[in-house]
Amino acid sequence: MSGPDTSSPFVRETFEGAQELASRHDTSPEELGREVGSVLRLPESYGGVDVSDIDIERPDDETMIINMGPQHPSTHGVLRLMMELDGETILRTKPIIGYLHTGMEKTAEQLTYQQGSTNVTRMDYLSPLNNELVFSLATEKLLGIELPPRAVWIRMLLSELQRMSSHLMWLATNGMDLGSTTMMIFGFRERELVLGFFEKTTGLRMNHNFIRPGGTAADLPDGWEDDVEVILDNVTSRLSDYDALLTGQPIFHERVEGTGTLSAEEALALSATGPILRSTGVAWDLRRTMPYLAYDDVDFDVIIGTYGDNFDRYAIRINEIRESVRILWQVLDKMPSGDYRVQDKKVTPPPRARIDESMEALIHHFKIFTEGFKVPEGEVYVAIESPRGELGCYMVSDGSSKPFRMHIRAPSFVNLQSLPVMMHGGLVADAVATISSVDPVMGEVDR
Amino acid sequence: MTPETSPLELSLPDVPRSTSADGHDLLFPDRHRYHDVVAAHREAGFEMLADLTAVDYLGHPGRALPEGVAPERFELVVMLLSLAHVHRVRIRVQVPEDAAEVPSLWDLYRGAEAMEREAYDMYGITFTGHPDLTRILMPEDWEGHPLRKDFGVGRVPVQFKHAPGPR
Repeated sequence: MSGPDTSSPFVRETFEGAQELASRHDTSPEELGREVGSVLRLPESYGGVDVSDIDIERPDDETMIINMGPQHPSTHGVLRLMMELDGETILRTKPIIGYLHTGMEKTAEQLTYQQGSTNVTRMDYLSPLNNELVFSLATEKLLGIELPPRAVWIRMLLSELQRMSSHLMWLATNGMDLGSTTMMIFGFRERELVLGFFEKTTGLRMNHNFIRPGGTAADLPDGWEDDVEVILDNVTSRLSDYDALLTGQPIFHERVEGTGTLSAEEALALSATGPILRSTGVAWDLRRTMPYLAYDDVDFDVIIGTYGDNFDRYAIRINEIRESVRILWQVLDKMPSGDYRVQDKKVTPPPRARIDESMEALIHHFKIFTEGFKVPEGEVYVAIESPRGELGCYMVSDGSSKPFRMHIRAPSFVNLQSLPVMMHGGLVADAVATISSVDPVMGEVDR
Repeated sequence: MTPETSPLELSLPDVPRSTSADGHDLLFPDRHRYHDVVAAHREAGFEMLADLTAVDYLGHPGRALPEGVAPERFELVVMLLSLAHVHRVRIRVQVPEDAAEVPSLWDLYRGAEAMEREAYDMYGITFTGHPDLTRILMPEDWEGHPLRKDFGVGRVPVQFKHAPGPR
């Protein structure tokens, strides 16, 4: 790679100096040996390398640096991967992100808590309800309010349906990446059932702004039980179609088995969570280990893998759909009656009918929608299990009606770090399967 | 996994501590001792660095800090997680504006790489020992650190709308 061409201002403007892979000579032999990223991203305990074996003197021109993305169909958005290749083998990889950065954490500081959920819902656009949930849980923890049981169970219902739709979408795109257009059509078809229910419930297919601080925006529509039962019956029967199509199919096995492997130590050191961590055999699911909502009142299994390869991550996701179905049947049984939001007039707007007859209700309504509600000073960190891993929200309040700081710990952002480790030593063709198995949502990575 | 919620009480006598509203242990080490405190936690079984971020407290009316901790403009917030003990610890480090420099956790947790780059990008806090401290979300030629409180929000010019204002 040559230096910046300063002759033309146009070229200089687009030259991305700091995003280059560092030259091999700038990297120490120990790091080079692991050949992961422009910098090392492997834990110290990784023992597979003998420093004396490394060909430090290998000239830079024997390897090829190739950019995959940001416009590449298999990068799930605008992920750019800088890969150093030795023939067909990937040596180092550097994920380059930021193409979709819209400053949502800064925006959150300008919006009131009530408006905030419209902002966070756009981060992870494949599971928007989980984003709203973590934002609302953090706000409620600062406020110190307790929700009525129905609000909790509605949230759980929506959150599990969302996990299902997100995993179905993943199955679809993963199928497309691996050449199975049938799976793509199937996955989108079933996801459509769930989105149809969301549209009926929240008014929108995505970016719902339905789970809000203090409860939900509305109650479930009449006959929601029948709709959910239809979804569950359909998805259950079609999951066996997927098994016939992919799980037992030799071509699919050849593509995903043993590729993109990660060990449990590496996954922990790289802070990977969700299906990636579970695929390595670590039974860590926040729904089970640190229960939120009412997850300790329902039965479900935490699915774990063994080898940490692409097949394990596939199997975990398809079986997590089954577990979500199991949870949803229990939610259908146990859904309590009552209010869908907390009746705290400082936090939730009064019922519409009250505004006509009560001056006080009108004042509260006006106050909430003009200046928002005030949240006591403090800071909290709340984490939930999104379809992609630990979704955390760190919120600092200064006592006003806008968050002083709102940070989202995005699982995709953190999980991307494990990509170089998974891809090292694999083939470029497998890279596509590996990127897909990480399931990055770029809206959440860049925020 | 059976959750055995025995809190990991590390004997770090001179590190101020308290408990947060959400029930997590809070530790407030000096920024020079911060790396040692995290290393001690890693030894004690905190396998994962769950999150690392920063806060700019410029303009904040005043926050509750335990005795012996002088508030500074920036605060580095580190969430550590022990999977074996099902326990979370939050470490808050005061970082002064004129010396916004802390040791990197990269040698302890490889996962700190992207998170520290993000904190550097957004707040301009330098992490010494980080292998690749470059901007991660903003373009390389960006000036300033956008999540600082004195960084303006900016607005999209709207035609036919002359009312000035922040938004």
